[in-house]
Amino acid sequence: MKEFKINGRKVQAEKGETVLEVARREGFDIPTLCYHEKLGSDGRCRLCIVEVQRGNRRRFVTSCLYPVENGIDVYTDSKDVILIRKTILELLLARCPSSDIVQHLASEYGVHDVRYTKDVDKGKCILCGQCIRTCESIVGVSALCMSGKGPAKKVTTPFDEPSEVCIGCGACAVVCPTGHIYIEDRGGYRTIWRKKFELARCPQCNRLHAPIEQLEFISKKTGVDIDELLICQNCK
Amino acid sequence: MNISLEQLDSITARYTEKMAGYGKVVRICCGTGCVSSGALNVYEGLKKALIEKGLSDSVLVKQTGCHGLCERGPIVVLGEEEILYQSVGKRNIEDDISALLNTITDDTIVERMLYQGEDKTKRYISPKDIPFYAGQNRIVLSLNGIIDAEDIEEYISQGGYRALYKALLMEPEEIIDWIEKSGLRGRGGGGFPTGTKWRSCRAAHGDVKYVVANGDEGDPGAFMDRSLMEGNPHGVIEGMIIGGYAIGSNQGFIYVRDEYPLAVSRLLKAIEGAKEYGLLGKNIFDSGFDFDIKVFRGGGAFVCGESTALMSSIEGKSGEPRAKYIHTVEKGIWERPTNLNNVETWACVPHIINKGWEWFASIGTSHSKGTKVFSLVGKVKNTGLIEVPMGITLREIIYDLGGGIQGDKQFKAVQTGGPSGGCIPEAYLEMPVDFDSLTKLGSMMGSGGMIVMDERNCMVDVARYFLKFLVEESCGKCTPCREGVRRMYEIVDRICHGEGKKGDIQHLEELAHAVSLSSLCGLGQSAPNPVLSTIKYFRDEYTLHIEEKKCPAGVCKALIRFSILPDKCTGCMRCKAECPVQCIKGEKKEVHEIDSDRCIKCGTCYDVCRFDAVIIE
Amino acid sequence: MEVDTAKIDSIIEKYNRDRSYMLAMFQDVQRLYRYLPKEAISYICKQLDIPFSKGYEMATFYKALSLKPRGRHTIHVCLGTACHLRGGPNILETFERELHIKTGETTEDGRFSIETVNCLGACALAPLVRVDEHDFGKTTQAVVKKIINEFTDGVKS
Repeated sequence: MKEFKINGRKVQAEKGETVLEVARREGFDIPTLCYHEKLGSDGRCRLCIVEVQRGNRRRFVTSCLYPVENGIDVYTDSKDVILIRKTILELLLARCPSSDIVQHLASEYGVHDVRYTKDVDKGKCILCGQCIRTCESIVGVSALCMSGKGPAKKVTTPFDEPSEVCIGCGACAVVCPTGHIYIEDRGGYRTIWRKKFELARCPQCNRLHAPIEQLEFISKKTGVDIDELLICQNCK
Repeated sequence: MNISLEQLDSITARYTEKMAGYGKVVRICCGTGCVSSGALNVYEGLKKALIEKGLSDSVLVKQTGCHGLCERGPIVVLGEEEILYQSVGKRNIEDDISALLNTITDDTIVERMLYQGEDKTKRYISPKDIPFYAGQNRIVLSLNGIIDAEDIEEYISQGGYRALYKALLMEPEEIIDWIEKSGLRGRGGGGFPTGTKWRSCRAAHGDVKYVVANGDEGDPGAFMDRSLMEGNPHGVIEGMIIGGYAIGSNQGFIYVRDEYPLAVSRLLKAIEGAKEYGLLGKNIFDSGFDFDIKVFRGGGAFVCGESTALMSSIEGKSGEPRAKYIHTVEKGIWERPTNLNNVETWACVPHIINKGWEWFASIGTSHSKGTKVFSLVGKVKNTGLIEVPMGITLREIIYDLGGGIQGDKQFKAVQTGGPSGGCIPEAYLEMPVDFDSLTKLGSMMGSGGMIVMDERNCMVDVARYFLKFLVEESCGKCTPCREGVRRMYEIVDRICHGEGKKGDIQHLEELAHAVSLSSLCGLGQSAPNPVLSTIKYFRDEYTLHIEEKKCPAGVCKALIRFSILPDKCTGCMRCKAECPVQCIKGEKKEVHEIDSDRCIKCGTCYDVCRFDAVIIE
Repeated sequence: MEVDTAKIDSIIEKYNRDRSYMLAMFQDVQRLYRYLPKEAISYICKQLDIPFSKGYEMATFYKALSLKPRGRHTIHVCLGTACHLRGGPNILETFERELHIKTGETTEDGRFSIETVNCLGACALAPLVRVDEHDFGKTTQAVVKKIINEFTDGVKS
């Protein structure tokens, strides 16, 4: 058991918990964009930064990764913490001006004007990496990756071409916090990451429900017969 | 085979005898600088000439590591009397080689190849007398320029691997005590106490531990580690084996920049040699201690100099850093305790073990012990590599060793710490150079690059340069560094283009503050330093750019104009001939004129004019 | 493009099929082809049982790797601090002007590619240019033309 303070209030936590987990449980508001309960933390967006004082040492840490410690003082809304959040939100707003969630968070922090030239080529992607982590560790295919570095970094498939291994499951689009990933089901086909997938039709209700490649992938992984998987969730 | 101390001594005796057989030894610096200046031609030429004269058995010609005075390369040092010849073969290689032969055969000293002092009145024979060398205290560089880096027997004969023998008779804790008491701090930039790091790594849980030498010397303007790895690779290797033993690790990694192919091949050769002599491998010196070293080549990514990014790269991934809330000494490479030190730090270790911690602690200042290697470059007369005791002042380095500013122009600033450091103005030239003083000035020691700037360097342009560098080298993982640094660059770039706005400086300061507090790794956290330090010490220059659209140093192309003063121009045609875009008009002995519409403002005319007729407005 | 899998196999074996040496394998392949072909990345990933996406991620992260074919001679213009201060950017511009290509591009005849590098560590000789494995120190605009001629006329292969 660890005991420390958040904004002056005493809190308790289990060893191994992060400051963010404890703060949220205790009702303190810390904004996040790249954090996901199931996928864990990667410390990319930096929005969840808090100020931690330990003895005389004051430092700024990402609460999503920082393990709780006895006797620390955590501040979730100090002057510098607010400055950091505003700065990050203004930077993200300049990068993804059309992202609703970024707009929403920015206005919450009073960031209305962007002092920079707005990007037109980044879409709504804030490079949180949740799609890549989902594809790799939840779906288990690793179709996506980051390419390049610095401001040119982007999420993509190898060589920006349709991926051989992508099964069209769309989990990346579901998990994306900004709605950047384009997925379209039309005319019996799904298009995602420049690849077109034929959708399976449920033999019972005749509904199109999932890409055939995805069902084949599941069948191969689980050993369940493909005919069984062709039946949609509603009819099972 | 398991080597013994006796065998080291017999190698030494055999070697000394072999050396005594030669009438003379000629050492040709084959560091990267001298090689670019043609040292290999001198080496080949001299060898050939000696064969022709039938002297190849009595004269030994050796290739050595960097001698330091790169500006005057190729450097050749002759015999025990130590005659230093500079710029050998630069003007006429045949003449210079026959001059070398003269010195070899009858000790004639060739005046024109001797180092000449700044006042042009005195020529120096021995490097010991040249101010550039006289002000140094060479410890880690002591064998650079002396030994052939590719011959392990030379290293052994100069006392090499005796520290390892001694260390393996000590208890690991005792070694750590020594390192701690010596006051050795990390030479890679941060200045973290080395002994403390070793102790934490030794105490960390885990059977498998790693030690790493960081040779990813990415700071532009720094080549200390390169010279060490190329000039004396065994010094680094010996330090790592001792560290491995003290920490309880059997596996070392050396991570070297891709841009340093010679360092990679020298290290590989040295490791091979050490294995052959039983100095790496199983049961070293019959101590029961095993140690192996692998070399990793970088891929041209500056961020890989950051410890967690480097470790990620060794794991075979792209070099993205990770949060260090759990220290790498506990969870580093493959989540195993990993102790990373810079190449120069490792190279200090054998010396501390050989001569004792008291000796090391007696050099330097109260909190910064020992010496530090710097690469002194930029607008200084004697550019090159120096090793000086901590606490020496910036003025001593730049004016006594460096010989002052090229062309006797006005000193403006010295940049230390690479892209993480800052620019220090003239007012602080008396500042002692140590970890804490430089940090106090808003710069940092960094790995040891020291770049001297004069009145012709624009500080806003320098800030822009570093920002551009950092934009390119940011890994892009975290928002503040990826987005914030490029926005800082945009603002400074605008200022350089004469499009600065009121409020830009405050905006920069605010953005810089947030980026430094919130970035994930050291690269982003220190990225604002070049901007903040130039604003701090050269605010007027920023204001002139923003408010009056002027670049006083004459660098920012959008803000300057080149023209020719009619009363000074002699019509010599030189600028006209050199202009890359042929935009200078005028016949011989007529006043020339620059067509400013076509001028690309490269400054060539300014640089080549011998009559100061070209001016920058 | 078809790659010589036997040659790539021997590169993979040289590093004992150790995944942590993927970057080194890529660099060795690049030495064979003067760039890193897609097919080689794909082949190495399959052999090491690493997702293709991870190989691509690495190939685009490290500046030393090029996914585009490079010219027979790569001109690296150093833009380290010392080179910047002593006119490196002008040298770069001169190369671009003389060869009619921009940084990162290759001349039509496939002879030269221009790249920049952030410090080659020979700062005392700034501004520095490296062509293949030859270094040229204290480069001037006149030297640029000389370098181009030297490599064009086959003096240096």
